Amino acid sequence: MTMITRILVAAAAVGMSLSAAAVDISGAGATFPYPIYAKWADAYKKLTGVGLNYQSIGSGGGIKQIKAKTVTFGASDMPLKPEDLKEAGLVQFPMIIGGVVPVVNIKGVAPGQLLLDGATIAAIYLGDIAKWDDPAIKKLNPKLALPGTAIAPVYRSDGSGTNFLFTDYLSKESSKFKSTIGANSSVQWPAGIGAKGNEGVANMTTQTDGAIGYVEYAYAKQNKMAYAQLVNKASKAVEPSTESFQAAAANADWTHAEGYYLILTDQEGAKSWPITGASFILVYKEPSDAAAVGEALKFFAWAYKDGGAMAAELDYVPLPAPLIAQVKATWMSSISSGGHPVWSGK
Amino acid sequence: MAIIDSRHAAKQLIYERIFRAGTLVAAILVLIILGGVAVSLMRGAWPAARHFGFSFITREIWNPVTDEYGALAPIYGTVVTSLIAMALAVPAGFGIALFLTELCPPLLKRPIGVAVELLAAVPSIIFGIWGLFVLAPVLQRHVQPWLIEHAHSIPGVNKLFMGPPFGIGILTAGFVLAIMVLPFIAATMRDVFDTVPPMLKESGYGLGATTWEVIWNVVVPHSRVGIVGGIMLGLGRALGETMAVTFVIGNAHRISSSLLAPGTTISSSIANEFTEAVGDLYTSSLIALGLLLFLITFTVIAAAQALLRRLEQRVPL
Repeated sequence: MTMITRILVAAAAVGMSLSAAAVDISGAGATFPYPIYAKWADAYKKLTGVGLNYQSIGSGGGIKQIKAKTVTFGASDMPLKPEDLKEAGLVQFPMIIGGVVPVVNIKGVAPGQLLLDGATIAAIYLGDIAKWDDPAIKKLNPKLALPGTAIAPVYRSDGSGTNFLFTDYLSKESSKFKSTIGANSSVQWPAGIGAKGNEGVANMTTQTDGAIGYVEYAYAKQNKMAYAQLVNKASKAVEPSTESFQAAAANADWTHAEGYYLILTDQEGAKSWPITGASFILVYKEPSDAAAVGEALKFFAWAYKDGGAMAAELDYVPLPAPLIAQVKATWMSSISSGGHPVWSGK
Repeated sequence: MAIIDSRHAAKQLIYERIFRAGTLVAAILVLIILGGVAVSLMRGAWPAARHFGFSFITREIWNPVTDEYGALAPIYGTVVTSLIAMALAVPAGFGIALFLTELCPPLLKRPIGVAVELLAAVPSIIFGIWGLFVLAPVLQRHVQPWLIEHAHSIPGVNKLFMGPPFGIGILTAGFVLAIMVLPFIAATMRDVFDTVPPMLKESGYGLGATTWEVIWNVVVPHSRVGIVGGIMLGLGRALGETMAVTFVIGNAHRISSSLLAPGTTISSSIANEFTEAVGDLYTSSLIALGLLLFLITFTVIAAAQALLRRLEQRVPL
């Protein structure tokens, strides 16, 4: 081979690798599912050579990016309302499930010993219940010796899906919470102290005597924090676990949820964990780059099928099987280009 | 003697022109960037400004659920944490600089000087994590209970140190900021003190002045412009610091008389909420906060410039 052909071959190889990189799937949005998306992307790249470029810039950012059409898919912890989806021409579907867990720091109370319900937690965060030996807490925990320590509520200061799920749950359980604070990814808290991120809330709660906070399940589990059990809608006490999160997702009425607009907090069912949430994916109904969306859907289909074990390793919960079938049917019926479905069905 | 080569001269002239144009472009670039930042901030802040008007800077409310925003709490937090930081860091930085230039044994001069510069090189996130995991528990267990206990019988002061000792809050943010701006203040002041001509100092000593007298009557008056410059540099950094403050301030959109209570600053509010801000008014209000910080910093620098000019005019040294 002459020098020139070598250079040409090398240039061609570079050109090919560039064009291979061009088919990488691009997405942006929620930070909550980022660890599992990254893990899936890594495995998928090894398997197929197709990479995923996911920017975890927050749900708000994800919605803005998909509306600006700078990414193939957006990701959000808060589902968009059906009318907003219609207006923007977007399709939305759930991808992964997680749970939020209340954690406490009370002397003499071990993980899982304390039982709380939504109304009590709402009253604590409103500042109406100020001591751990309050009658409302004692009534739920007749056998527990609760001290008279002042309660220090700790909240997430950064806007997050965790905040949204927690405040949405409390809004459903307490009308006063709903009218004075409301549900959002950031709210105006009347009392307590704000810490940044799961790690900040976890740290603040562990450091402060009498504190109560709320973190993603993985954080509570990995840091062996004193989590609380919750009374769910069926008036049963439940432990936070993969099973109870999945129960909440399975008991939810997805078939009647237009555009999958369903918030998984406070679901029916004896085993349902009440602060469960799904993270959503947003794509265009009629994408301008159908091939890119097709690649993205292929990746999601693979993640539904083979990603469960990886999700469990990171303490996320895969969707229940009937829901996956429903999502795939939606892909077939709703995402199209020139009258043909964008997803190949495989 | 060499005769000037006309070709060489012509070439030099071209170089000269290119160089002049290059530096001009670089200088104009700064103006363009600054103008661009100001214009885009104003455009982004416009919806919030139109909707809330002047009340945006006089209201304490910050409620994303009802879409009502006011910047008073972040402005208050920004100003108060910076003032605490300056109150702690200026005397300390002044002391460090004086010690290094006037009193320090030569053996210690380099290690302390290098340590001060290294402190300036520590990334702000490290200060944030240190503040949260190390400083906050110490303050919570030892310092804040003491402050609450001893302040509570002094009228006025007790209002400053009330409430539960969380460990994090306005005061902790001020402490962390003080440590962060200290090296800037100390290093600038040291460099300025170093420029005092030895002849002036030696004349002072020759006249029988003590070290104290030389410092206060020769070194400080000679370097007061630089001292103000160092303080302003530190203040500028304290006002805009984001990450370290976000970790330790407690992030509550509330104004409380107590320095132990949680608060918020302009930059920490933006860092906390911008990523998840949905809706035009919310985003615009956050950008409006950014514009306010821009204006505050600009005012501080302008005031510093005016002060420097007056100082220079009064006694030319």
